[in-house]
Amino acid sequence: MGNNRSKDKLHDVVIIGGGAAGLTAGIYASRANLKALLIESPVSPSQITITDLIENYPGFPDGLSGFELIERFRQQATKFGLQIIAKDVTSIKGMQTGDIKGWEIATDDEILHALSVIIATGSSPMKLNVPGEEEFAGKGVSYCATCDAPFYKDKDVIVVGGGDTAIQEALFLTKFAKKVTIVHRRGRLRATAFLQDKAFANNKVSFAWNSIVEEILGDTFVTGVRLKNVSPPAEYNEIPADGVFIFTGFKPNTDIVRGIVNMDEGGYIEVDPYMRTSQEGIFACGDCTYKLLKQVITACGDGATAAFAAQLYIEDLKDISYDNRYKQIKNK
Amino acid sequence: MSADEKNTIKGFEDNPDYPLSLTDETLDKAVAKYPFLVVDCWAEWCGPCRMVGPIIEKLAKDHQGDITFGKLDVDSNPASATKFGIRSIPNLLVFKDGKKVGDIIGAMPERQLLEKINAYR
Repeated sequence: MGNNRSKDKLHDVVIIGGGAAGLTAGIYASRANLKALLIESPVSPSQITITDLIENYPGFPDGLSGFELIERFRQQATKFGLQIIAKDVTSIKGMQTGDIKGWEIATDDEILHALSVIIATGSSPMKLNVPGEEEFAGKGVSYCATCDAPFYKDKDVIVVGGGDTAIQEALFLTKFAKKVTIVHRRGRLRATAFLQDKAFANNKVSFAWNSIVEEILGDTFVTGVRLKNVSPPAEYNEIPADGVFIFTGFKPNTDIVRGIVNMDEGGYIEVDPYMRTSQEGIFACGDCTYKLLKQVITACGDGATAAFAAQLYIEDLKDISYDNRYKQIKNK
Repeated sequence: MSADEKNTIKGFEDNPDYPLSLTDETLDKAVAKYPFLVVDCWAEWCGPCRMVGPIIEKLAKDHQGDITFGKLDVDSNPASATKFGIRSIPNLLVFKDGKKVGDIIGAMPERQLLEKINAYR
C-alpha cells in the first residue's frame, strides 16, 4: 500500500451480496477491468445455496444443488479477479471527493469508498409470526430443508406454503420423512406445474388446503400444529408432527438502503431497465428488487445489466466513455 | 494402550488453538476434560454450517486456553445428535464443568456468537 491510502481504497464498484445476482455482477465488472469488490454476508447465505435442487437453470439438464451452482459462480468470478470479502455492511452514505460524488460503505470494522454500489442483498424467509414458532426454532421449526431434513427420518412433518420453494423442499423432505403434509392457505398451489405434478404423484405427500397454521404445539420439541380453515365459520384442527418447515415467502434485505433509494411498500428496491435506483451511482439487482420472477436466471440477467450500467456510469464519471452511451440513457 | 487411544489422547491437547475433531466415541471424554467446551455440530450438506466453520476456527485461535472448541459431524455421529436432541444445524452445544448448559442454533456473526457463548459462563 502506498501513502495515498484513501485513493487505494476507492473502488469503481462495490457489490453487496454474494448470491446469483451479486456474483454475476462481479463476473461482468471484473471482466471489464473495473476495480470491483464484493462484500458477502458472513452469516446469511444466499437463499439459493440452501435450495436442494435447481432444475430450471439452463445448461444443467440433470439439475444441481444451489450450493454447487453458487460455488461455480464464485470460482468463475474469482478467476476473473473479483475480490470477495465476508463482512456485514452496516451503512451506506453519499460522499464527495473533489467534484466526484461517490459512496461510503461501512462494515463493522472498515470504511470503504466507491464510485458506484450494486445492491444484491436478496431476501430472507418470512416468519409465520404464530405462537410456538420462536420457542421451537431449531427444536422442530425450520426454514431450511436441506439443513434439517435428515433429522426427520421416518418422522411426520408439516410444510407451510404453496410456492415453488415450499413444494421443492416438501419433495426433498419425502426422501427422509414418513409423511409430509403441505399446509396451504388456498385451494390450489402457486408452484410451477412440473413441481405440482411431482407432489401430487408422491404418496408420502398429503395436503391441508385452505388452512393456516394458528399455533405450533410442543413440549421440548414440536409435537404438532393447530390449523384453522380460512373461510368462516372458523374450524380448528390439530395435526401431530415432529417438524414444521416454513416456506411462506420472503422479505427483501434492504434495510441498509432504506431512506436512500426508492422502494415499494414491501421494501423491494425500485429499479429501471438499466437496474438504476432513484439514487445516482446506486444500482440494484436480484431478489431485493421489485420484479415479476425471482429466479436464479433472472437474478443473473439483472446482475449482468447492473454491472454494465455501472461500468458505463463510471466511464462517464471518469470521462473515458467509448461512445457516451451513459449520457444517452441518462435521462431515460 | 491401543494406537487409536493414543491418537485420541494426542488429539486432546490441553490448550488446542483449533477445533477438536470429535466423534460419538470421544465427545464424552472432551466434555469431561475441558471446563468450558463449545461443540459445533455440522454436516457437509448444510450450507449455513460452512459459514460457521471458519468463525469457530478463528474463535478457537483467539480464545485458546479460555474456551475449547470442537466440531462434530452429525452425519457420521448420529448418536450424539440424538442424545442432545439436535433437530437443526448449525447447532453449537455448550458444555460447562461436564454438563450441557445450552445450545446456540443458527448461523450468526462472530461477535454475536461470542456473546451467546459467554452468556453461558
